[in-house]
Amino acid sequence: MDLAAVGKRSKKENRRLTWLAVKQNKECYFMLFPFMIFFLIFTIIPVVMSVPMGFTDFNMVQLPKFVGLSNFYTLFLSDKIFMTSIRVTLVFAIFTGPISYVLCFVLAWLINELHPKLKTIFTLVFYAPSMANIYTIWQIIFSGDSYGYMNSILLNLGIISSPVQWLTDSSTILGVTIVVQMWISLGAGFLALRAGFQNIDRSQYEAGAIEGIKNRWQELIYITIPSMGPQLMFAAVMQIVSSFTAGTVAQNLVGFPSTDYKAHTIMTHAYDYGWVRYEMGYASAICMVLFVAMYVCNRLISKVLSKYMD
Amino acid sequence: MTEVKRMKASSKQAGKKIGGTVGIFIFLLVLGLFMVLPIYLAIVMSIKPVQELFIFPPKLYAINPTLDNFRDMFSVMSEMWVPFSRYVFNSVFVTVTVTVAQCIVASMAAFVLAKCRFPGNKVINSIIVVSLLYTSNVIYIMQYIVMAKLNMINTYWALILPSIASPMGLFLMRQSMSTMPDAMIEAAKVDGANMFTICWKIVMPNQKPALMTLIIFAFQAAWNIQGGTLVYNESLKTLPTVVQQAAMAGLARAGVAAAAAVFMLVPPIVIFMLAQKNVIETMAHSGIKE
Repeated sequence: MDLAAVGKRSKKENRRLTWLAVKQNKECYFMLFPFMIFFLIFTIIPVVMSVPMGFTDFNMVQLPKFVGLSNFYTLFLSDKIFMTSIRVTLVFAIFTGPISYVLCFVLAWLINELHPKLKTIFTLVFYAPSMANIYTIWQIIFSGDSYGYMNSILLNLGIISSPVQWLTDSSTILGVTIVVQMWISLGAGFLALRAGFQNIDRSQYEAGAIEGIKNRWQELIYITIPSMGPQLMFAAVMQIVSSFTAGTVAQNLVGFPSTDYKAHTIMTHAYDYGWVRYEMGYASAICMVLFVAMYVCNRLISKVLSKYMD
Repeated sequence: MTEVKRMKASSKQAGKKIGGTVGIFIFLLVLGLFMVLPIYLAIVMSIKPVQELFIFPPKLYAINPTLDNFRDMFSVMSEMWVPFSRYVFNSVFVTVTVTVAQCIVASMAAFVLAKCRFPGNKVINSIIVVSLLYTSNVIYIMQYIVMAKLNMINTYWALILPSIASPMGLFLMRQSMSTMPDAMIEAAKVDGANMFTICWKIVMPNQKPALMTLIIFAFQAAWNIQGGTLVYNESLKTLPTVVQQAAMAGLARAGVAAAAAVFMLVPPIVIFMLAQKNVIETMAHSGIKE
């Protein structure tokens, strides 16, 4: 349908045409319906209900009390720990965001160059960490006494002379948490990219070879990447979400709160206010700030990606 | 393309050197070893007897491997009010229902959103992405309120229904389907196929890799559904809840916790292997066909 022509028509006419289009596509709506009904009840309604909470004082016992923007004033003007948490979140986001995103792509690509049997094994090897729930093991690896693997190796090699308190020393906490976070960050994005590689039509490569593509790099740049745009976008969104909302790893690994708030992310801060102090209104204000940051980041990335893909 | 030319092209594989492939393999092998090391340690930890947990320096293998940790875990679980098989049934039932429903519902919606033009398409697409980005800690409270209004608390529905519409699954399928050529769908339309048929008979068979990925994601998420405050009846609880309780018990907590983690990790890995095998077989098949 020509959009410009529709714009010129009267509102009534416009509505009639839309209705016509709706009727023409009723099959589409039928197929969309099962998803949308569940999505509406269990995602949209709770989300819409949760948005106003940021402007209230809500302790889960009494009814929420409207307080205007006061939560946000407190957050930006007097909450020093929130400022710390922004800094920690940004450090986390840089490592588990862009670095891990590139890593996801490079690994997915390298795996794709191997024999099919090896593909499955390596995909599993790199994806398994995000399925495993083994903070206990990481706690033992980085245990503060000499029974910890890390300490015992470094002691044996003579690099350190006494055990390092990896999980409580304020100078190592952030580093250790980032290592573990990166370890599990080859998740949804990585697997989606693997699927993207598997979905590329082989005949494209054959055609490319005839047209003079000489090596892996050219194949990657001229054939593979241009046909992977949607998967790259999916991986980007997944990576934004997982890197900005990081927090559970730190909580499970270095405890809560961490020494000197060294691994205190925005999500941890929201958890603190929501589930420890029961100040739900303030906690939702924190989450809203985070959402705005993620949304802006997403817009920027989709702009960059769509420019590059065209 | 003549047959000879094509054979030449595929045998040459765009000038790929065997040395490069070996290099890639070695690089991935080294990195891969680091990736599996913690999981390997978890397995070792789960078969170590108690006294071996405190040897210095810590060993990378178990000297006297034992299944005591697993036995401890299962004995705690069998002492609960409800027979262990009930938890297994709950988990399997919830996981299978959620995975199947999620795949069907998301595939249909994704097809429509990726390949049809209709009023509302763009809006829905952007709502999906925004909902992926939206995290809030009050959202669970709101979900609880909604479910309470629908009288779903403490029923299987509370475990199953909220997970059926997964915006992430839909987004994954939509992104993958959007690369499919429109010509294929147009041709089917001309032949008189309706949208439903086009989706299941033409589009989905071409979307094996994405669908298998969706199955892995869905299974993994559903297998870890805990219920939490949504079900309080013991006979409705799922494995993750019980395994977590068991992990807290026993003499060698670290050992039992590792056993619990290993036990819970097995089904997702099995599903992963089956799904990947399926993808590779389809790929090989379509290669011959082409």
